[in-house]
Amino acid sequence: MNLEDWYRQDRLPHIYCAGCGNGTILNCTLRAVEELDYKKEETTFISGIGCSSRAAGYTSSDSLHTTHGRALAFATGLKLVKPRQHVIVFTGDGDCSAIGGNHFIHACRRNIDITVICMNNNIYGMTGGQGSPCTPYGAISTTTPYGMQEQPFDLCKVAEAAGANYVARWTSFHVKELTEAIRVGLETPGLSFIEVMTQCPTSFGSKNKMRQVTQMLDMFRDNAVLKAKADRDAAKGILPSPEKFVVGQFVRRNNPPLGVEAAK
Amino acid sequence: MKSEIRFSGLGGQGIITAAVILGRAAALYGGKHVVQTQSYGPEARGGASASAVIISDDPIYYPKVTDPDVYAIMSQEAYNKYGSHVKNDAVMLLDPGYVTSRPACRFFEVPATAEAKSQLGKTVFANVIMLGGILEATGIVSYDALEHAVLDSVPKGTEENNKRALAIGQELVRSQL
Amino acid sequence: MTDKTDFLNGNVACAEGALAAGCRFFAGYPITPSTEVAERMALRLPKVGGVFIQMEDELASAAAIIGGSWAGARTMTATSGPGFSLMMENIGYATFTETPIVIVNVQRGGPSTGQPTMAAQGDMLQCRYGSHGDYSVIALSPSSVQEMYDLTVKAFNLADRFRTPVFLMTDETIGHMREKITLHSNVEIIPRRELKEGELPCAPDENGVPGFGTFGMGHNVHITGLTHNEKGYPATDSAEIHEKLVRRQVRKIEDFRNEIADVDIVNPDAELVFISYGAPTRTVRQLLNDNPDTYGHLNLRIVWPFPDESLLAFKNAKAFIIPEMNLGQIAKEVRQHTNIPIVVVPKLGGALHTPAELLKAVEVAKTVKKPVTEVRL
Repeated sequence: MNLEDWYRQDRLPHIYCAGCGNGTILNCTLRAVEELDYKKEETTFISGIGCSSRAAGYTSSDSLHTTHGRALAFATGLKLVKPRQHVIVFTGDGDCSAIGGNHFIHACRRNIDITVICMNNNIYGMTGGQGSPCTPYGAISTTTPYGMQEQPFDLCKVAEAAGANYVARWTSFHVKELTEAIRVGLETPGLSFIEVMTQCPTSFGSKNKMRQVTQMLDMFRDNAVLKAKADRDAAKGILPSPEKFVVGQFVRRNNPPLGVEAAK
Repeated sequence: MKSEIRFSGLGGQGIITAAVILGRAAALYGGKHVVQTQSYGPEARGGASASAVIISDDPIYYPKVTDPDVYAIMSQEAYNKYGSHVKNDAVMLLDPGYVTSRPACRFFEVPATAEAKSQLGKTVFANVIMLGGILEATGIVSYDALEHAVLDSVPKGTEENNKRALAIGQELVRSQL
Repeated sequence: MTDKTDFLNGNVACAEGALAAGCRFFAGYPITPSTEVAERMALRLPKVGGVFIQMEDELASAAAIIGGSWAGARTMTATSGPGFSLMMENIGYATFTETPIVIVNVQRGGPSTGQPTMAAQGDMLQCRYGSHGDYSVIALSPSSVQEMYDLTVKAFNLADRFRTPVFLMTDETIGHMREKITLHSNVEIIPRRELKEGELPCAPDENGVPGFGTFGMGHNVHITGLTHNEKGYPATDSAEIHEKLVRRQVRKIEDFRNEIADVDIVNPDAELVFISYGAPTRTVRQLLNDNPDTYGHLNLRIVWPFPDESLLAFKNAKAFIIPEMNLGQIAKEVRQHTNIPIVVVPKLGGALHTPAELLKAVEVAKTVKKPVTEVRL
């Protein structure tokens, strides 16, 4: 199979806005799946609700587009019944960490053998740009017209603390690294959580002085600090500046996973 | 022929287990129709415990005990709640170690807890001693049926002590007949 | 293998029925008075090659059994009032995606936390209407431990036949009482119909039910809770597709309401007729046993879809007396199908109606003229 075969051609073009980063992330995911030579009948995509979650509808194997925030619970049931399936969940920052926050931490705790791709655009895109638990402090959205007054989640730290076996963060700018991280995540038994910072020019960029897609991608490139560099800075006592964020692999470990077929 | 049996006492005395064993004996080894019920809820956590069995030759429709024919009472609180207004032709077995009151109906003092401790080393056998007493006082099921049901229900390795418990209960009642 | 007899409570019998029906995945969350179902499944499923999982809440429990169902398993959860409320979201998803699942509700006193250890039948309308949008469901109501087993088996067959959530709407009385039960060595299994090659995953057959595209079988289906076309693809802008889909999903159940009816009709010539389901059926039967040939009785083992034609069996009926452990939920449904006066006999608080209380309702019913009369016990 080649990359195109992983797309459900008769559902294209997709609904994503011009300049949206979600299509890039879907492409990286399917490229990783294709590199691993997965079979269609052994691969299932599951998603919740939101822009991110429409991605499951564009994949050509079995896919389950579920309810808001609950994709991980559906995925848990499916994986436990059919442990041979490669189960990939698409979610977003609101879906995963607000309405689905409890399912998220418990899926990580159980270390269920699925791969979770979280498209974090810092906003509720589908409903027109409301603030989410990942909207940065001070950022403008339709429900934070005077600037976000709450601290955002660090989803990777949540996933790591809750018990996921593999945790990484990249951005829609880091296409090569992201594809590699998804591949490693897919190959790591247990829950793999890959957070992808992505641009929503329509609802986030336009309100936060990044009207052009390129401005957001430039921001990702300029503000992303590699994990190794962040660690070196920390050792030297250099504090990260607030606009920076760390990218890279945060954890890869071998805690007992759930939903892996017992060795015969 | 229909009998209603009420077990009541304290949580931990095996009140519900006793009712389940008696019900099992009558239903599976006695060929009777049986419904067993019990109280749930805060009153079933540590404090009072109550359960009931209806045993009948005919199908049982209404499943709740209304006016028991037989009582096994193992706490004064349970006596106050269930035992103080029994019908005249009822039979009551009470553990005199816990219950100081005595009813107007026919009754037997079965010091099940004390005898379990002294003869079998553990108070956990008190409920089976009570069952032995009920068997002797009422003949509501056969000995074989009850023994079968007891042996179905108790942990492995305790079979002999449970059989002795049945015999102790029978003897305690027989001596008062 | 031969049939086995045992002395079990209703909740355990339900779990055994599920296992006999081939249920191999259970997801649940502890809640009184349903917990014995989950505990029994936790004990037994691993021994038969199945999986039990305790989820983080009832939202997740309902979601997990839907996921498990798409993986091809017969799946079940069990809960009670507050948990049932949490499941409503994914119940709607299961109806709209036509996912066969079995949900057991061991009803307790509500609203809210209410009476956790007491029996009630207050969720009968929630079961029918609780999730948003128009849809239909199948709900069964056992009145004995044996029926907890038999109707659980039946629930799985109906779920697969109609591709819909099926509810076992029982209550604390039946769930917690013990009776003798026969565990059948073989039960009838009616499997779901697998999607055929070339068949569209959401196109109905002659019964209005599409073939089931089990995941992992190469069907490459897309399943969504959005309004979808026969390919299964989102089609949210089409009024026509939406209306056709909703009407088809309602009709696939309602058109069969009298065909799948599961009722007992006793003394059809009687003038005073009891209608009951679940625990109150026990009291009605006691009254009928104590007063032979006096009253009629319609006992409903399937409450939803409501088997309206069974009312017609009582040609001389002057009143329908309906004891329920709620304020008259099914009485409202009966009212929609008949002009015969209805005597509603609500009982709240946890205790079952006594035979004496039903006699009180009989006295009222003898002279009743109004369309609906409530008896205050």
